[in-house]
Amino acid sequence: MTTNSIGKPLTRVDGRAKVTGSAQYAADFNQPDQAYAVVVGATIGLGRVSGIDAEDVLGMPGVIAVLTHLNAPRLAYLPHKAVIDPAVGERLHALQDDLVHFHGQPVAVVIADTLDHADHGAARLNVRYIAKEPTVEPVGPGATTVIPAAGIQPDAWIRADTSRGDADVAVARAPVRIDAAYGIARENHNPMEPHATVAAWDGDRLTLWSKSQYVVNERAEMAAVFGIPADDVQVICPFIGGAFGTSLRTWPHVTLAAMASRKVARPVKLVLTRKQMFSLTGHRPRTHQRIVLGSTTDGKLTGLVHEGMGETSRHEEFMEALTAASGLMYACPNLRTRYRLVPLDTGTPNHMRGPGEASGIFALECAMDELSYELGIDPVELRRLNEPTIDESSNKPFSSRSLLECYALAADRFGWSRRNPAPRSMRDGRLLIGMGAASASYPAYHAPASARVRLLADGGAEVEAAASDMGPGTYTSMTQVAAETLGLPPGRVRFRLGRSDYPPTPSHGGSWTMASVGSAVRAACIAVQQEVMLRAIADQRSAFFDAMPSTLRWLEGRLLREGGSSQGESYRDIVARAGEAIEAKGSAQRDAEVAGRYSMHAFGAVFAEVAVDPDVGTISVRRAVGAYGAGRIINPRLAASQCTGGMVGGIGMALMERTMLDRRDGRSVNAHMAEYLVPVNLDIGVLEALFVEEHDPHVNPLGVKGLGEIALVGMAPAIANAVFHATGKRVRDLPIRIEDVVAT
Amino acid sequence: MFPFSFDKVSTEDEALRAAAAGGRFLAGGTTLIDLMREEIEQPRHLVDINALPLAEIRAEGSDLLIGALARMADVAGHPETLRLHPLIAESLLEGASPQLRNAASIGGNLLQRVRCPYFRMRDAACNKRMPGSGCSAIGGLNAGHAIMGTSEHCVATHPSDLAVALVALDATLRVRGPEGERGFPVEDLFRLPGETPHLEHTLMPGELIVEVWVPGGPPARKARYLKVRDRASYEFALVSTAVALDIQDGRILGARIAAGGVGTRPWRMRASEAALIGKAPVREAFSAAAELAVRGARPLSGNHYKVDLLRRTIVRALEMAGEMT
Repeated sequence: MTTNSIGKPLTRVDGRAKVTGSAQYAADFNQPDQAYAVVVGATIGLGRVSGIDAEDVLGMPGVIAVLTHLNAPRLAYLPHKAVIDPAVGERLHALQDDLVHFHGQPVAVVIADTLDHADHGAARLNVRYIAKEPTVEPVGPGATTVIPAAGIQPDAWIRADTSRGDADVAVARAPVRIDAAYGIARENHNPMEPHATVAAWDGDRLTLWSKSQYVVNERAEMAAVFGIPADDVQVICPFIGGAFGTSLRTWPHVTLAAMASRKVARPVKLVLTRKQMFSLTGHRPRTHQRIVLGSTTDGKLTGLVHEGMGETSRHEEFMEALTAASGLMYACPNLRTRYRLVPLDTGTPNHMRGPGEASGIFALECAMDELSYELGIDPVELRRLNEPTIDESSNKPFSSRSLLECYALAADRFGWSRRNPAPRSMRDGRLLIGMGAASASYPAYHAPASARVRLLADGGAEVEAAASDMGPGTYTSMTQVAAETLGLPPGRVRFRLGRSDYPPTPSHGGSWTMASVGSAVRAACIAVQQEVMLRAIADQRSAFFDAMPSTLRWLEGRLLREGGSSQGESYRDIVARAGEAIEAKGSAQRDAEVAGRYSMHAFGAVFAEVAVDPDVGTISVRRAVGAYGAGRIINPRLAASQCTGGMVGGIGMALMERTMLDRRDGRSVNAHMAEYLVPVNLDIGVLEALFVEEHDPHVNPLGVKGLGEIALVGMAPAIANAVFHATGKRVRDLPIRIEDVVAT
Repeated sequence: MFPFSFDKVSTEDEALRAAAAGGRFLAGGTTLIDLMREEIEQPRHLVDINALPLAEIRAEGSDLLIGALARMADVAGHPETLRLHPLIAESLLEGASPQLRNAASIGGNLLQRVRCPYFRMRDAACNKRMPGSGCSAIGGLNAGHAIMGTSEHCVATHPSDLAVALVALDATLRVRGPEGERGFPVEDLFRLPGETPHLEHTLMPGELIVEVWVPGGPPARKARYLKVRDRASYEFALVSTAVALDIQDGRILGARIAAGGVGTRPWRMRASEAALIGKAPVREAFSAAAELAVRGARPLSGNHYKVDLLRRTIVRALEMAGEMT
């Protein structure tokens, strides 16, 4: 294996297709005779539909049909849950009854011959309601806290309550204590590409060209919804224009597209509007958290209490690992965590980049920063003082952990030593300068995955897996893994993804694509090499006819005899003689025994510098440096891009993003890219991502931990801590806003 | 989108005739088309006036004349703008995004509709969109709304940055209509909402803005536009101010202050201006003037912060102007 594709900064293999416009996204798959569907959302926040004047719209130009709960087919909705669906509750059923659970919920679909006709019909459709006042605020009248039912199961993945020692006594007795409450606004994913589905039926077989981070599950979900065999559903999604988690689940608009197509007996395209994406496709839940830290006067943690509460819908209990990282980030003998949910009259939240950890670690890392000032100890030194030797939440050693190395590398690059520790002490002209640091962590998950490799007569390889590429570079990194394993140049490998009939893979989220799909691709490549070798051994025309497999080996795509001096045989030689492509499947999953022995997480350290205008309160992030220990880096160029992208998300989380709901009817008031703020270029300073070299033989054969989520985690607390350092004002609610900084 | 008919005109006469017959002028379309997509605006007939020869930018003595169809980007980058009225360039560049500035016209900028989210949601009550239906913002989310010039019927701010600068500079408009041509101060273009928030400006039916005339003179030299907002570009002002100072021998001889993001129209602060006359250009004087500016502010449930932020923004903008050479 000397071709060494892994670790090389390859540019994106799909880059040309993307920039020249030949990459096809879901809504680009226009079908012959296609009709257009537009969703009509409820304009009340709770209640029921009392009437729909569909007849008025049916008479409008181009309108073919109006689907409502009155005429929609009753669908099977067989039980089905994937790992990305809430474990407790039932998904929203589309147009199956007259109930309105939240503002924007689909109450009708207008189908027309053109998008304009469908749009206009949808705008004119008069729907009458009996409205009740919804509860959309997590704190206040009508809001009640519940214990997440899935969190008290013995094998719970996210646990409602955990403890070790006696944290409450420990913090009560601690000579130094921080007790603070933190809030994070609701955020919407807001990828560039809207959710879109083109649906077409051929008899009882359904094809969906649909934006999805999980085509295998979209197939299963639609089969369950319509009560048809999964083999009769095909989901195709070769490209995704950003997702951040919003397309992990199959939301009801996919059902509506399929339902509409069946109703009008034509292919139907349904694209959600930006506004609809604020109510129909999930959000990062609002959270309220409290952290209590107890410490000795020399900075050793003695107790940690982390209580958190996240919003969910009334019909599903969405859970995320809000408090989990507090159990393992630092050494602390006494810990108590509590995680609760507040069901509200809104749509169900879902995973958004860095789910759980991004929010929970924000609270923990701000509290650690507060403690550092209370103690008069450098914030980085405080982390070092509390570095654990094992994961104290599971009592297992870490498979690898480079948090302190990350701090050292990033601090050096950032110039942390130039920081004057006193708040409000650093200036650049009139501007107040602040420097802040925070830790990041995210589990190194792994799920079973499979892939198929086909060696072609020209000596090249085709690799297929159902996977997705929402931007991290799956196409490229899998090409590198296959090229390296097969001993081929990357240009001889073609990787395909995004079809539900390809070998199944897990959801494209949770930072496990590289680990899971990458391991499967590697396994499939090894399997196909084995198959090719066996063909050679069985072939009288081969130089290796009848050879013992143990005497043969592969080198740069050639089969050689151990110790032999001949050129051996190439894939092309062997495949050509076989007269057909040689194919093999491979699958991989984490070794359960190893998984039981180690705690597996990526860690990182993030430093940010802000400039705050002391007169008018504007905050700008001038620069940030993140260092990550995330196992082996398959492609440093793409990894750095993914990390700086995550940092941009962290700037949004810290300073801009918040979905605002009108408590009177639950509507998203700023459901618009002009009013839901995400950073623009001018808001983004110099961002740098560094990687600590880490060899972790335990996580998976590739030694990768995943990067997508951890890239966002840590940025928001680093910025919040920098804002405190700059201004002396501790703002504990995100996003931090101008009025928070100038408030006197 | 609501069905509509569409015509292009190439002369002013044609434009005025089309408008007299009920047509709506279309220039850059950056507001109107957006709102038509949401069916907030439902014009039956659009008259594309982009072919009219009204895009010229020129100087007459020390005055700057800007054609109503000049694009924001072209005005902001024009040598005469930069020479005579850099304040106008600064206010333009603080507005919108490069893409929008390339498309949006000066006349359209002044007539753009409000950013109140409830105005832009067809299913919400809004007196501006549907007179008599009520104001959703007063009892709802109103952090971005006005603290001056509000009524119980409407509290939306005027969103233009350019208008704030033009009001500070005493610019006037030239308009033509069925009754001929007339001119009036830009400030008089904007109505207070009062009991008729659906009436936003003082143009007569069928009138067309043809030119903006900005007088030169001492205020042009030390003038700054400061816009405070939650992100650095493509975002409306929480508070903005356009200020101009005439300072001689260490004393302020003349001052102009106008604010955006706080009023239901661009808000001129004449009491603050008067208070600065004869004073030395120092922070104490600026603070005293800013104090006068927030007198009479009536914050809503969600925008108390704007009172202090307006004060701070005025002080800082005056300092910035005073520092100019």
